[in-house]
Amino acid sequence: MTAQITRGRHDRGSPDAAPQPPAPSRHRLTKIDLKFSPYIFISPFFIIFAIFGAFPLAYTLWVSLRKWDLLGGDGGFVGLDNYSAILKDSWFWNAVYNTFGIFLLATIPQILLALVTAYWLNKKLRARTAFRMGVLVPNVTSVAAVAIVFSQLFGRDFGLINWLIGFVGIDPIDWPAGRYSAWFAVATMVDWRWTGYHALILLAAMQAIPKDLYESASIDGASALRQFWQITVPLLRPTLLFSVIIATIGGLQLFTEPLLFNGSNNAILGGSLRQSQTVAMYLYEQGFTRFNFGYGAAIAWLLFLLIIIVSLANLVLVRRLAGGSKGAEQ
Amino acid sequence: MGATTRRLAAVASVAVLALTGISACGDDEGGDGNVTLTVDVFGQFGYDELYRKFEASHPGVTIKERGTGANLSDYSPKLTQYLATNAGAGDIVAIEEGLLVQYKPQADKFENLLDHGAGDKKANFLDWKWDLGMADGKLMGLGTDVGGLAMCYRQDLFQKAGLPTNRDEVSKLWPTWDAYIATGERFKSAPDNGGASFVDGATNLFEAILKQNGASVGYTFYDKSNKLAVDSNPAVKQSWDTTMKMINAGLSANYQSWTDQWVAGFKQSKFATIACPAWMTGVIQGNAGDGLTGKWDIATVPGGGGNWGGSWLGVPKQGKNKKLAAELAIFLTSPEGQLGGWKAKGTLPSSPQALDDPSVKDATNAYFSGAPTGKIFAAGARNLKPLHYGPKNLAVQDQVLNASRTVEQKQRTPDQAWTQAVADAKKAAA
Repeated sequence: MTAQITRGRHDRGSPDAAPQPPAPSRHRLTKIDLKFSPYIFISPFFIIFAIFGAFPLAYTLWVSLRKWDLLGGDGGFVGLDNYSAILKDSWFWNAVYNTFGIFLLATIPQILLALVTAYWLNKKLRARTAFRMGVLVPNVTSVAAVAIVFSQLFGRDFGLINWLIGFVGIDPIDWPAGRYSAWFAVATMVDWRWTGYHALILLAAMQAIPKDLYESASIDGASALRQFWQITVPLLRPTLLFSVIIATIGGLQLFTEPLLFNGSNNAILGGSLRQSQTVAMYLYEQGFTRFNFGYGAAIAWLLFLLIIIVSLANLVLVRRLAGGSKGAEQ
Repeated sequence: MGATTRRLAAVASVAVLALTGISACGDDEGGDGNVTLTVDVFGQFGYDELYRKFEASHPGVTIKERGTGANLSDYSPKLTQYLATNAGAGDIVAIEEGLLVQYKPQADKFENLLDHGAGDKKANFLDWKWDLGMADGKLMGLGTDVGGLAMCYRQDLFQKAGLPTNRDEVSKLWPTWDAYIATGERFKSAPDNGGASFVDGATNLFEAILKQNGASVGYTFYDKSNKLAVDSNPAVKQSWDTTMKMINAGLSANYQSWTDQWVAGFKQSKFATIACPAWMTGVIQGNAGDGLTGKWDIATVPGGGGNWGGSWLGVPKQGKNKKLAAELAIFLTSPEGQLGGWKAKGTLPSSPQALDDPSVKDATNAYFSGAPTGKIFAAGARNLKPLHYGPKNLAVQDQVLNASRTVEQKQRTPDQAWTQAVADAKKAAA
């Protein structure tokens, strides 16, 4: 690959250098090859993305502008009616509230925990590789399995957690019944699954930080904690940003965990008071259990916009938090 | 890597991607003249033996059942998606009574079974069961079972609590729901009740009472002109009040029906009674397990009879083997087929011939201490009155059931919860 790129650059760089073509037609082919081959190489992604990413996105937008009953079919163009109805829909705002609540409750400890885990994994530990592999294990477990096991742990009557807190004299908690207890349980599942993943990503970034920075800081008498906050964290900024955005996208699309946590006849409602119904669940409720396909599609687009807004906000926030010291810029 | 190999590699990688994309939608339709028929169900229909019989008389046909034991709420969105996308549905699909109304406006997604010779089977069904399967003069579904109501109870727990255990005496304990609650209070205050609550939970009880109360007017959440009647139908409020009274008396084990905890509650003997339509007997047996054989028994339901549930079999138009599927559907809903379901899973036939069959009339159920299930369920089956369900019945029902849960969970007072139930129901129906 490198060879070709260098050759290409060279060719383009010297257009008026004396050409020595072996045969004109072959030369033209080579030119075409140089021009278009790279596009062919990258095309699989874009073709797949067009089919499974861009098309559904556009199609959803089109559906969201129509009154569409899943079974009854297309009921015609209604403009932005679906959107204005959603903005007045208290169940939608409830879902937004829950989604953000769970997102914050899950993501903040998750990133902090991942940071600390990565810090320790970066140390000279015994059986380091085993630990590094180990933190990723939760991530390769199926979501459904995680959700089912955690729902059992958080069970009201026979749950391990209630049994444990019983020892310190706390009454059994009906976890799905209360809003915050439900959020907490769902956030735990998310963190259990994703903390290790983020820890590994952060670990990779930490290893790329030059050791001499730490050495000179040590010579200057900076404590380990100070080194962590003043060197490690600022230099991790781009990676932290990645982690936060991945967590944002995942967190705002949260679906399986709360659904299975409420596992029952109407789990999609997220509990008796919709305590843990996320936007993705509400989207599904409207689109697929109540057949309001156009309405559901409009929720999907609002969710998409929401994710963009929050990702941008995160971008700014992470820049502020981690980028305070300009000296850390590469 | 030379330029050629590189190009080959690129072509190969595109090809691999394309292939994986294609193979993902590969079909598993059997070749060499063999036909596989898929039957989509929820819960327990008890058709296994009937399938084998049909396969034996139709060489080359294999029947697969999907969704056995599934919740209705898991099943219904799936079925809706199959129908909406015209792909994926089984050759035969089970349609529950609440779903039936939802699908009726789209009856053209189903085969008209009259075109497949079902017309002369009318006498095989209770009139109303047949009529409900019709939409615009077409036969959209053939009736399977009906859900005559009874009250299942744990006779061993009753004995512990010093209550009568004989099913006739138990039936006499609760001619009305008030008497049922009074019995519950006795059970609760007994020195030893095995640590069990009296009722499984608000949701199951409310549904049962509602189906019973609704029979007097013939509808529940929607009136017969499909107008929402949550707050205008006295049957709904009455059922709600009775349920609240039960909760306030502290009789509920606080289980929402169909949750894992509810299922575990059966096994752990956490409650002593549960309102049980005929099909529920199979569910109880499955949930409670063999360890509790002979501990359960069946008495009459307070308030006198009622119908809860029951299904139809439809043949989606999208299927490939519609003729054969229709033949199978007719077979499964024939008196013989309904008797098969009754014997396997206790689903109460909707066929008068099957109801008169000695194997129904004289049936006893060993799991339920030899209770004469035939006498209890079949006797009232002919008098069952159909209930009218409106288009968004399921969604409305979910709101009201959830509101009853909030009281059970002590999140709301009964009055707050009722206000919420009405408001949410209106919203869900809009």
